[in-house]
Amino acid sequence: MTMPRILAAMMLLPAALVAQAPSKFPSPPASPPNPKLSVPTMRSNKLPNGIELRLVEQHELPLVQVTVTVPGGSRLDAQTSGIATFTAGMLDEGAGTRDALGLQSELAFLGASLTTTADWDRIIVGLKVPVRNLSAALAIMGDVVMRPTFRSDDVRKQRDLRLTALLQQRDQPNALANLAFNQAVFPAAHPYSRSALGDSVSVAAYDSTLVRRFYEGTVRPERATIYVVGDVTEAQVRTLLTQQFGAWRASGSAIPLPAAPTPATAPATTRVWLVDKPDAAQSVILIGWPGVERTSPDFAALQVMNTLLGGSFTSRLNMNLRESKGYSYGASSGFTYRVVPGPFTASSSVRTNVTDSSLIEIFKELRGVRDVPVPQDELDRAKSNVELGIPGSLESTSQVANQMASLATYGLTLDELPKLAARVRAVTAADVQRVARQYLTPDRAHVVVVGDLSKVKAPIEALSLGTATTLDVAKLVK
Amino acid sequence: MRLRIPLLAVLIAMPAFAGAQATRLRVPATVDTLPNGLILIVHEDHSVPRVATNIWYRVGSGDEKPGRTGFAHLFEHLMFMGSQNAPYPTFDKLVEPFGMGANGSTTEDRTDYIQDGAANALDVTMWLESDRMGWLLPTMDSAKVDAQRDIVKNERRQSYENQPYGMAADILPPALYPKGHPYSWPVIGSMADLSAASLEDVKEFFRKYYAPNNASIVIAGDVNTDSVRRIVRKYFGDIPRGPAITRTTPAPFTVRDTGIVAEDRVQLPRLYLGWHTVNNTNKDAAPLDILSYLLTGARNSRLTNTLVYQREIASSVSAFSDTKRLDGDYSIVATARPGQGLDSLKVAIDRELLRLATEGPTARELEQAKNASESSFLNEMEFIDAKAARLNEYAYFEGTPDYFQKDLDALRAVTAADIKRVINAYLRGPRVMLSIVPRGKLDLAAKRVIVQ
Repeated sequence: MTMPRILAAMMLLPAALVAQAPSKFPSPPASPPNPKLSVPTMRSNKLPNGIELRLVEQHELPLVQVTVTVPGGSRLDAQTSGIATFTAGMLDEGAGTRDALGLQSELAFLGASLTTTADWDRIIVGLKVPVRNLSAALAIMGDVVMRPTFRSDDVRKQRDLRLTALLQQRDQPNALANLAFNQAVFPAAHPYSRSALGDSVSVAAYDSTLVRRFYEGTVRPERATIYVVGDVTEAQVRTLLTQQFGAWRASGSAIPLPAAPTPATAPATTRVWLVDKPDAAQSVILIGWPGVERTSPDFAALQVMNTLLGGSFTSRLNMNLRESKGYSYGASSGFTYRVVPGPFTASSSVRTNVTDSSLIEIFKELRGVRDVPVPQDELDRAKSNVELGIPGSLESTSQVANQMASLATYGLTLDELPKLAARVRAVTAADVQRVARQYLTPDRAHVVVVGDLSKVKAPIEALSLGTATTLDVAKLVK
Repeated sequence: MRLRIPLLAVLIAMPAFAGAQATRLRVPATVDTLPNGLILIVHEDHSVPRVATNIWYRVGSGDEKPGRTGFAHLFEHLMFMGSQNAPYPTFDKLVEPFGMGANGSTTEDRTDYIQDGAANALDVTMWLESDRMGWLLPTMDSAKVDAQRDIVKNERRQSYENQPYGMAADILPPALYPKGHPYSWPVIGSMADLSAASLEDVKEFFRKYYAPNNASIVIAGDVNTDSVRRIVRKYFGDIPRGPAITRTTPAPFTVRDTGIVAEDRVQLPRLYLGWHTVNNTNKDAAPLDILSYLLTGARNSRLTNTLVYQREIASSVSAFSDTKRLDGDYSIVATARPGQGLDSLKVAIDRELLRLATEGPTARELEQAKNASESSFLNEMEFIDAKAARLNEYAYFEGTPDYFQKDLDALRAVTAADIKRVINAYLRGPRVMLSIVPRGKLDLAAKRVIVQ
């Protein structure tokens, strides 16, 4: 018994008392060559009634993802703010012969998950299911897409839940900041100036007639595309989808897909928008302006530029505000791509007493990437990060379907990804500076700060960034 | 779980698998133990040219000393501050070009370090990981500790203090666990304790816990097992073994029936009910997970259906079983609708629990819960980083990495009698009841009734 005890005690010595030998490997090893990007092969087809079908076979696991999309989404809300996301949410609240309870429990019983959502450009119904239950789950998906019931009482219940969620936005500083930012960046007539969730006035008016009208106007076979990814064959998919969707005929009148609204423009001079959050431990900062098209020839250069500005951990915004200054837990930036350009946003949550200093630093970085060409090593890291990050969004059946569907929004296919990789490799420091100068407008910015105004308002105003306006929370979250 | 940087996406899928079991889930993995005690687990998956690395150090907030809460997580941050041959910020700068980001997370029981990127990153990531496992201290100084201390305090502000109901994270652990119990403080720690952390603490913690014999590495993805073994032996082989770690087992305890009311700047009151349960290798862990699904996992689950859709007194409700290495707790959290007080929610929850404990779930209900759990497993298998995390979790808690099917078997084996039993055993006795109400609305709090 003695020996082991002594041995165990001696084990303590090397780490605690004896200086450890230096590493035999003082410098980083060379890496093998980068893997070649290969994208899955997609096949295109049509169902007999014209519905577009896109298929990728993936046989690693016995799973299938089926995604039905129609164009439109919240951009079609018009005067009924929030109706697209609400209608999408109602699709699985009863369909065919099943009520919401029956429908959702049957899907769960089949091991399926069904999601019904809308973004600004699309309504999306997604089904993920073990392949052996595909047929049974597709029958329910067919009901959800083609035969939603929209019972009055179900609409009322979801409407009340939506109203409660809107009320709770008052507690959430990030939600308040986003509301203020979108109102500031986009003109009142622009769809993005309103919340995709709607407001308490628009939502209070929802009823089954309104919901059905929006549904019939948007969810239509001549507009639908079905994406299938997983452990299936083309013949099998065609048979199953023809059974479910082959007889789908439109009813009601289509809501015309609007031409793109006039793009928003950056303000003539910088504007500051303040929202009071008494006793807030931090200030939420959003700085931005209208962004750029996904189909812009500058997309690759923009991705690289943003990666080094605020799109990665070692980006300038994060290294400055978080790592060097300790103002924040993180700072980031990004362009939001939609059919009609969404905003560019630089953002951070910062300690209350350094709100003004944080604004100075964010603007310094926004200007720096315009004013000075980026060093080669920083550029190379960002390019490689973008290029080798591409396959990370192609791992699962759902990710592949999402990629296909979102690329299709811009008329692109998976073949775009290797082309993007090549364009990223070709980006130069001059390109980065050129797109920074063209698409970053720090002298014509909207600045939103949600925080304790009793402490941060005066210091922010002392920066003289531009005209400052205090927004009323009750009006913001109306 | 506290992350060094917030994850942009949550990978957990929801759904399931019907009827009879079709597939035996297997995630073949090799396990090696190096002479210095380091465990290496390799799983090959060549479906995409990527690799996930997941390193667990078997240390968490439960190992913290009194007066140093939050230290394990602060230490996680310090692991990115540079080591002898990879000065700050080399770690992040070297991994990002592989299309990856580096992250870490800390729980009560363990700290993990994760990367997921192009498969050719393996040599570089293993070099970086070995340098900080073996040679972190030579370049560690107070300035680094101060810098990350500020960032962690910002993290605490962002994740808790500036969030509605964020105060619950501070209130619940010391109410659920007795003073001194390793789970009686939050992983994020207190501001005062974060302020107190010193360079000496960092050195002591590193020497004790950050040694190869207290770590396991999982490499999953498009790799060759033998190459991985060679690379890992090469870089980690010389790192000396650390002291054996002995931990005392906390004394058994029962929760004191407690009612707490707190005010916050919120629109709606929220009720938290918490009970003491079992640890994660107890046979009741699986029934408690199935119970959570039966209560709030789906639209037809008991509490969701009753409170949110039938009676419309809650805007949301969720039930969660948190079983950990030493012990566990169970929570039900419900937010009221406008105009509702929390007492009506509490009464409704208790009524549903009693009904389920008396009648048990129907066969169909139970089958749905199991199918859903099984599908969520299968969906996770699509992601190499999710598999890597599970392999490490199973290796630590179950002693074998490929425990996937056994975990599923335990869920499959749950009976209606098990559900009745675990409700009666754990959720009908003393509990912590926290009401967070809008300022000045104390009348909305739930009333406490002493449970026998």
